Amino acid sequence: MNTDVLIVGGGLMGSSIALQLAMRGFKSIVLDKQSPGRHASGVNAGGLRQINRDPAEIPLTVEAAKMWRDIESLVDSDCDARFPGQIRVAENEADMQKLQQRVDLVRSLGYQHEEIIDKKELYQLVPALAPHCVGALICREDGYARPYHALTAFRLKAESLGVKYYSATEVNSLRQEGEGWEVRTSKGMFKSDVLVNCAGAWANNISTMLDEPVPLTPTALMLMVTERLPHFVAPVMGAASRKLSFKQMQNGTLIIGGALLAKLDFATEKTEIDWRKLAESAETVSHFFPQLKDVRIVRAWAGIESYMPDNIPVISASQSFKNAYHAFGFSAHGFQLSPIIGKIMASLIIDGKTDLPIEPFHISRFN
Amino acid sequence: MKDNYQLVIIGGGPAGLAAATTAANQGVCCALLDEQPTLGGQIYRAIESIPKQRTQQLGDEYTRGKPLVTAFRESDTEYYPETKVWSLNKQREIGVLYKDEARIIQADQVIVASGAMERPIPFKGWTLPGVMQAGAGQILFKSAGVVPDNGVVLAGSGPLLLLLAWQYLHAGVDVKALLDVTPLSNHLLALPKLPKALLAHHYLTKGIGYQIELKRAGIPLLFGVSDLRAEGEGYLQKVSFKHFGKQKNIESELLLTHFGVIPHAWLTQSADCKHQWDDSQQCWRPEHDEWGNTSLDGIIVAGDGAGIHGARSAEHAGRLAGLEALFALGIISQTERNKQGIQDRKWMKDERYIRPFLEAYFKIPQSLLATADNDTIVCRCEEVTAGQIRDAVKKGHDNSNQVKFFTRCGMGSCQGRQCSNAVAHIVADEKGESVEKMGHFRGRPPVAPLTLDQLACLNKELI
Amino acid sequence: MFKQLPATDLETVRVIVNGQSISVTKGMTVAATVLSQQQKYTRTTAISGSKRAPFCMMGVCYDCVMVINGKANQRACATYVEEGMQIEIQQGAGSDLVGNEL
Repeated sequence: MNTDVLIVGGGLMGSSIALQLAMRGFKSIVLDKQSPGRHASGVNAGGLRQINRDPAEIPLTVEAAKMWRDIESLVDSDCDARFPGQIRVAENEADMQKLQQRVDLVRSLGYQHEEIIDKKELYQLVPALAPHCVGALICREDGYARPYHALTAFRLKAESLGVKYYSATEVNSLRQEGEGWEVRTSKGMFKSDVLVNCAGAWANNISTMLDEPVPLTPTALMLMVTERLPHFVAPVMGAASRKLSFKQMQNGTLIIGGALLAKLDFATEKTEIDWRKLAESAETVSHFFPQLKDVRIVRAWAGIESYMPDNIPVISASQSFKNAYHAFGFSAHGFQLSPIIGKIMASLIIDGKTDLPIEPFHISRFN
Repeated sequence: MKDNYQLVIIGGGPAGLAAATTAANQGVCCALLDEQPTLGGQIYRAIESIPKQRTQQLGDEYTRGKPLVTAFRESDTEYYPETKVWSLNKQREIGVLYKDEARIIQADQVIVASGAMERPIPFKGWTLPGVMQAGAGQILFKSAGVVPDNGVVLAGSGPLLLLLAWQYLHAGVDVKALLDVTPLSNHLLALPKLPKALLAHHYLTKGIGYQIELKRAGIPLLFGVSDLRAEGEGYLQKVSFKHFGKQKNIESELLLTHFGVIPHAWLTQSADCKHQWDDSQQCWRPEHDEWGNTSLDGIIVAGDGAGIHGARSAEHAGRLAGLEALFALGIISQTERNKQGIQDRKWMKDERYIRPFLEAYFKIPQSLLATADNDTIVCRCEEVTAGQIRDAVKKGHDNSNQVKFFTRCGMGSCQGRQCSNAVAHIVADEKGESVEKMGHFRGRPPVAPLTLDQLACLNKELI
Repeated sequence: MFKQLPATDLETVRVIVNGQSISVTKGMTVAATVLSQQQKYTRTTAISGSKRAPFCMMGVCYDCVMVINGKANQRACATYVEEGMQIEIQQGAGSDLVGNEL
């Protein structure tokens, strides 16, 4: 099989890159060792979050937010995206100070998307919240989408423009031939001009084949979801100093997260729910919303994601080989970035450059 | 309730009762956890409290539960009724909901005797009030003496239908008709398995006896029925179907259906025991050896939860599982286990002679397993139709789990219990692949819903 | 749809079904109670609003959820009647969760 660009990993990043390449007339093939969106891309919490990001990611997240606003024009589906805002609640003055510092930092970088709201506005926005909170940090443009639906929309659009997906296709070895690539897989040989590593939690396997191993930690993040409930909260809720993260989806279910780790056996890809941690999460939710104490959890799961030691991704060309690129290690906050990553990588591959500042994400930082 | 047990038995039906009695009588510290307030499982439900007159109406198979329960009561097993198990993992940590508080207990050995559930078959109108499963009718009868008061239509396939019709007849219920949807071609296919089935002929004689009695009582028994539909505005008003090419209707406010039973394998699936597709029984079941050992060390299955063989067989399987736990705990030797198990192994084998015949005779046709009607609701909780499932397949979602992600089919309160099999069948049908390849929904805990408050108890000190 | 067969010496309790006080046999499930009270449906769905009633009676289908003693989403087939119990039809996803005054 021959193509211009071979993308390893059929998650959101790989699909977004394939789509942008196709829109610029480049052919690509996407390989997935299981099926598109089987892990982090398909089962994450779907947060469209600019709030509280690493400063290095702010220019990217702001551009991505613009793309999400009009995602339908890109992928012919609204991906069930909603923009009710994301909030980090302050429970006391110390929390408020912490949040004010954050706003100051964002302002100093020249951005306005995060702001402080007072108690009165907080309770106007979230009347169901327990009465002890004093204010919050908000990003009014933030929201959420349905991850597997988004992934499917990206894939279908890419496929409609000629991108080919190969599921259950695992990369066994890579070889540079001239300036292109020969990739041996469980489904035979693929040849391409360019190779892109979007293999998520398995990306280090590929970067090791490219002689540039990275300190990536595969991690299983737990989420739990309730039965359908009457709508009672619009914004996505977080807290300044507690592990709280939840949102009520359009269908009424409540998705509760908070970066809690499941036990993971990476070799077998088996995850096991750590109920004691989820119990803490349950307590935190009830702390902020006591009326939820009788609400039932119907399902808990964990998705396997890639974490980098500095919690920001690798977005760069390979430093060892020509025509090889990386986009992985999103450390549990890649979902919102995915549309802009497609654009950035397509520019890098086709134009050799991008207008956005991606130096902090270079793979060489782990040399 | 202690934090640790040598053996925990999950389920208080025939398999669980027999397992617990066997183990406890040889000195094992064991606990039996059961969701129901009374012992006996679904098959012997309310056996200890039922009024005598009702036991006669239910027939003598039902009273077999009595000695089992008596023996269990005499053993030293700690019995926890109204106790839900919501999680099990390969370390044999068991998530338990007891007195409204969640806790996690540890067991050296676990016997899962989760029993069977009715095979859910989506057909047009099956979500209407007034349509229930035949098992539901039996449970109402056994546990509360509650029976249809304005007539009932029974429809589907399998021996339970005949039994229920017979029980209703004796309770004075107006059975308007028994509609048998078993394809007539099954009879021929089952024929080669008949000689072996004759070795367990008491089942056959009983079945024939019921039929004769029902016919004598003037109850219409219609065979070769197809295109079953429940119709009505808001509630069931009539049952429509085809019989030998003719469209027919029966007015009724109650329809009880039965399409065989399948293992209630949610706990073993969420524990990640290996499961296999059983083509003869048309269901997923945990892989296990002859003593009930699953693919996970120290997790043993017994009874219908391990594969459908009926209540009598479950009793034997339970005893064998109890012996296996005794052996695994080092209380008896392998030789002793084998010796003590001889009779039950033999009886269990005798019990199972009938199965291949029954499975072939009552094999559910593809038209029911994978409905071609796109408007039929498949996922009762999320109201996902067969058409939406087929559409998801057309969009490149290649197996049950991908279809679940995309459609929310199986993501409702029942956690997929009512639609997992049907989704696999429809996806397989749409793709022209085997059901086995489509897989079952990945078991996601908690297997019984927990409230936030109950879950939060895990980090509190419990008495 | 259903009736209870006559039996002697059964203890009873009083429960309130949709505002109406009735006497029922102790040890009965809420589902058995409402079915023998000619209650045609026990909930409406949160999605289409269509009517539903108990289906499996053994705790696996979750179609029989009702509002019991003010709590929504209780399985009627797995809940046993108690003196004074309030049993109501559940409409959609259940009761309001916002009502938290400052």
